[in-house]
Amino acid sequence: MSQAPNLKESPSQTAGPYVHIGCTPNFVGISGVYEEDAGRGMLSDETKGERIHIRGRIFDGAGDIVKDGLIEIWQADAEGLYNSPDETRGTADPAFPGWGRQPTDLERGDFVFDTIRPGRVPASDGRMQAPHISLWIVARGINIGLSTRLYLADEAEANAQDPVLASIADPMRRETLLAVREGDGFVFDIRLQGDRETVFFDV
Amino acid sequence: MADSQKELGAAFNKRDRDWHPAADTPAYRSTILRSPKQKLVMLEQSLSETTGPVFGQNAIGALDHDLIQNFAQPGESPIGERIIVHGHILDENGRGVPNALLEVWQANAGGRYRHKNDSYLAPLDPNFGGCGRLLSDENGYYSFRTIKPGPYPWPNGGNDWRPAHIHYSLFGSGFAQRLITQIYFEGDPHIALCPILNSINDPKAIDQLVARLDMEHTVPMDIRAYRLNMILRGRDSTMFENRMEGN
Ligand SMILES: [Fe+3]
Repeated sequence: MSQAPNLKESPSQTAGPYVHIGCTPNFVGISGVYEEDAGRGMLSDETKGERIHIRGRIFDGAGDIVKDGLIEIWQADAEGLYNSPDETRGTADPAFPGWGRQPTDLERGDFVFDTIRPGRVPASDGRMQAPHISLWIVARGINIGLSTRLYLADEAEANAQDPVLASIADPMRRETLLAVREGDGFVFDIRLQGDRETVFFDV
Repeated sequence: MADSQKELGAAFNKRDRDWHPAADTPAYRSTILRSPKQKLVMLEQSLSETTGPVFGQNAIGALDHDLIQNFAQPGESPIGERIIVHGHILDENGRGVPNALLEVWQANAGGRYRHKNDSYLAPLDPNFGGCGRLLSDENGYYSFRTIKPGPYPWPNGGNDWRPAHIHYSLFGSGFAQRLITQIYFEGDPHIALCPILNSINDPKAIDQLVARLDMEHTVPMDIRAYRLNMILRGRDSTMFENRMEGN
């Protein structure tokens, strides 16, 4: 029997305060190298589904806004299909990549994603999960990227059935994963510490 | 075919969080207010974690992997030591990861970043941008050309200098594999002194981030090579074994 080599994952290090140079160079004025920053736009006219606008900020333990962060999102299309070769249930909307990347604003600290309301995706046991967006957050002072999920507060029925939300014992903590409708979009603030610390997952 | 499909979608090995730095490492002061205090919640992986974005070669420009050229004025080149950094991108099962998007960023030879928030005394180099990217080849190998970055001082409450380093970001095939870390260079005396690098406990883990001088790939009278393998999380290897036996 062949024993697979047992290598260890390269250990993580902070993205540091200048992550933009590598991940969103145009955003920090390094133009002429990449035509556009990867993950900046997720939508085109052909993209199917309900447009949603998400904005938020990241707060540290002192309540200060993190202004050097970078957030990536990964989500299913409107039908609940991932735009990935590992998706075997069907073919995802070719006009929706499912992946987006945005920096927090260098002065104000807010981040914005324009995307679509995701469809439902099954959990590993086949139960349906509520519509959700996976987030991955890096910044100076974050030694290893933080994984969390965004759920939409207006999906109350689906949220009540969601196995991941159900795995969070404290209902107050569960609420940290709900994006709430405000004006023309949803607001999703991320708290790294404090009494409303966002739930982060060991994925 | 069905088996290999299953393997594609298999869950990732649990992340060994003792091998990685803890969230809260106070000698690196920025972690004090930015480290979650609650325990991470275990999440049973679904397609949301086992799938991930795929990048095509058409997204990558011809000079993206060449930091010596990709920002330089025509006929000019940046100041500093010319180096190739190359190696193998593998998963924990020892298999090459093809088509992995590798993005790198770094300071110039003087230790200065092209970023509005960096005000270090060392000058910007008009011919150096500091960003590069590439896709690993069909066997998982990568290679890029750059200028060896300089060490730089940083505000951490004392006389702290970062070792020369190149930041990098890696995508595998699943979003749960997302990784950002740094490349260091063998022989750098700042490695032993750095609070960020020493947020990692195990010396073997630190060693995994240190690139070695590689004379075999050094081009005479042109450019020196450094070699470093990068390891991403592997998918459940029992699935892998099943497939091997099934064949
Ligand atoms: Fe750095």
